[in-house]
Amino acid sequence: MKDPKDTRVVVGMSGGVDSSVAALLLKEQGYDVVGIFMKNWDDTDENGVCTATEDYEDVIRVCNQLDIPYFAVNFEKQYWDKVFTYFLDEYKKGRTPNPDVMCNKEIKFKAFMDHAMSLGADYLATGHYAQVRENDGTYEMLRGVDHNKDQTYFLNQLSQEVLAKVMFPLGHLEKKEVRAIAEEHGLATAKKKDSTGICFIGERNFKEFLSEYLPAQPGNMETLDGEVKGKHDGLMYYTLGQRQGLGIGGAGDPWFVVGKNVKDNILYVGQGFHHDALYSDGLIASEASWTKGDVPTESFKCTAKFRYRQEDSGVTVYPMEDGTWKVMFDEPERAITPGQAVVFYDGEVCLGGATIDVVLKQDEAITYVG
Amino acid sequence: MKSIYLDHAATSPVHPKVIEEMMPVYKDVYGNPSSVHQFGRKARRILDEGRGRIAHGLGANEKEIVFTSGGTEADNLAIIGTARANRSKGKHIITTSIEHHATLHAVEYLESNDFEVTYLPVNAGGIVEVDDVKAALREDTILVSIMMVNNETGAIQPIEEIAALLKEHQAYFHSDIVQAYGLMNVDVSQLGVDLMAVSGHKINGPKGIGFLYIREGTVMESLQYGGEQERKRRAGTENIPAVQGLKTAVEIMEAERSTYKEKYLHYKQLFLQTLEDENISFEVNGSHEKTIESIVNISFPGMNVETLLTNFDLSGIAASSGSACTAGSVEPSHVLSAMFGSDHPKTTNSIRFSFGLANNEEDITEAARRVSQIIKRLA
Repeated sequence: MKDPKDTRVVVGMSGGVDSSVAALLLKEQGYDVVGIFMKNWDDTDENGVCTATEDYEDVIRVCNQLDIPYFAVNFEKQYWDKVFTYFLDEYKKGRTPNPDVMCNKEIKFKAFMDHAMSLGADYLATGHYAQVRENDGTYEMLRGVDHNKDQTYFLNQLSQEVLAKVMFPLGHLEKKEVRAIAEEHGLATAKKKDSTGICFIGERNFKEFLSEYLPAQPGNMETLDGEVKGKHDGLMYYTLGQRQGLGIGGAGDPWFVVGKNVKDNILYVGQGFHHDALYSDGLIASEASWTKGDVPTESFKCTAKFRYRQEDSGVTVYPMEDGTWKVMFDEPERAITPGQAVVFYDGEVCLGGATIDVVLKQDEAITYVG
Repeated sequence: MKSIYLDHAATSPVHPKVIEEMMPVYKDVYGNPSSVHQFGRKARRILDEGRGRIAHGLGANEKEIVFTSGGTEADNLAIIGTARANRSKGKHIITTSIEHHATLHAVEYLESNDFEVTYLPVNAGGIVEVDDVKAALREDTILVSIMMVNNETGAIQPIEEIAALLKEHQAYFHSDIVQAYGLMNVDVSQLGVDLMAVSGHKINGPKGIGFLYIREGTVMESLQYGGEQERKRRAGTENIPAVQGLKTAVEIMEAERSTYKEKYLHYKQLFLQTLEDENISFEVNGSHEKTIESIVNISFPGMNVETLLTNFDLSGIAASSGSACTAGSVEPSHVLSAMFGSDHPKTTNSIRFSFGLANNEEDITEAARRVSQIIKRLA
């Protein structure tokens, strides 16, 4: 192991408090820290100023406070080709994509990792809440100590090669400790509010944004029995289990999205949070990636998350002959959504993840979820 | 590791003599040159002497020099000021696609205000063809604005020929000579231009000052309103210490020009020779003959500008490429796009190195070696 001062660490800096503190901690540990801001999306505000400017200005402020060099790198083309195109394609198929998982896989820990290595870096660090542990030359990814902030769900596709070169300086900290460190050091971003939503959409209206890229095709909202309950604005605007924005009045329990029929452009709705149609007992997933590198050949029991910030559930994972994975739930699960990630855990260790393709009920594919 | 500055076309170090001359002015000459008392007169004297000295070097009349905050303001004043004042004579403006943004964005503004602009192309050497200027001229052309030396490639434009062509035409001829002024002999009657923009900090002078040469009789409007400074062409209290600094920088420059030319040409050749000796694959962009000594623009096949510039900086070499967006990322160069087409790899794999006062021979070979090591590592 090289001395920290001879170890160059490139920190991906977004202009937020997390990556600012990540850079600060590494600097305090004596590493040769280089801050780099990624510009993945080209957009300008009403004055023609690039929307990424404010964030980059914050990166400059923090890097000046830490006395580390800072640079920017442009991955707009790669982001468009690898993340945004996938994002639109998934919506076209009636699925709900997870651009953050894809961004981590293709941009942050691939294109950006390559860029960092081309700068002579030994490691790439980010402000993610996750931990890497080495055991005799193999690397494990663990949940962040702050379970509420844990981001391993989004990092499930990271490989051994990537984990060997990654540092997550915030993994052992609670978010409130991170804020406290930022404030204690008077970092310019200490009080900056966390960004929400999908990065390229930002604070904008999701519906409006999507309609700029995909033609909306309004259609009928129906119950699974075919009773028309109203009109929808376009299937892509809805996700399974969603309650808001349906506009169905009347007596009884509130209405929820329970399915989509892409072929006939129908949005299925049902009454009640616990509507039976929302529940399933298994799924089929593909595009699996295993953090330890070895691909499981036997079925195994573990826990899983089907969306971010959800409690783990017990599952059994079966490798299938066609390379896909069947995941059977210990208890029925609500609103399992094709396109989202299923991520597997053994205690604190994130084993990897895959993309949900098919939702199963009594071993049959549910056809109404898209 | 020693830092080596190869970005003199962006800005240059202030000559020690310039600082020395400015300090007493900052300390003792705080009067306002418009004031009618001894303090004002003291300041006024520095202003007039500076103006006179600069005019002399250009073969101009001192009334023809208007101090500005720098090159950008001088370009804006020349372009927008003459266009607005000559609106009744026509609405057509000619410029080139390789101008500095101080020019391009000024004419774009005019374009959005009902002026018509022709953007001339350049050849592969980065030079505008005189015939293209001729062909673009119209009866209602009121202004032609073409830079003397391109800031990215160093390509020298045929200013004298274009001026000759415009001699019998109503159009005013403005030239941004920001990159040329330090190394090229500029005589207004020989050149035949009507307007010229200059920046102080590119010639080892202070930042925050420049000037516009305006041929006597040129009809133009002022762009800012206020006091009657600079013969009502540029309102605002004059930056007296900077005028003193600029005057000194001009004096040094005029005395040293031929030495600098020789020295920087040697630096350029040494830099390129070292790259060749190191067996690096590269290509010089733009004309090899009609180019200023201090600038060289080099394409490194298979490389990427952002990776190169970041690596260079991390190893102590300061260079540049095109322009950066407000979010810090490097935009493909509009100059190289004009020369090679916007999809050409050279627009994203080329670096500008510019030599000057901060360099010595050792720095140049050392920088070329470090650059070579990086290219080899990335290849």
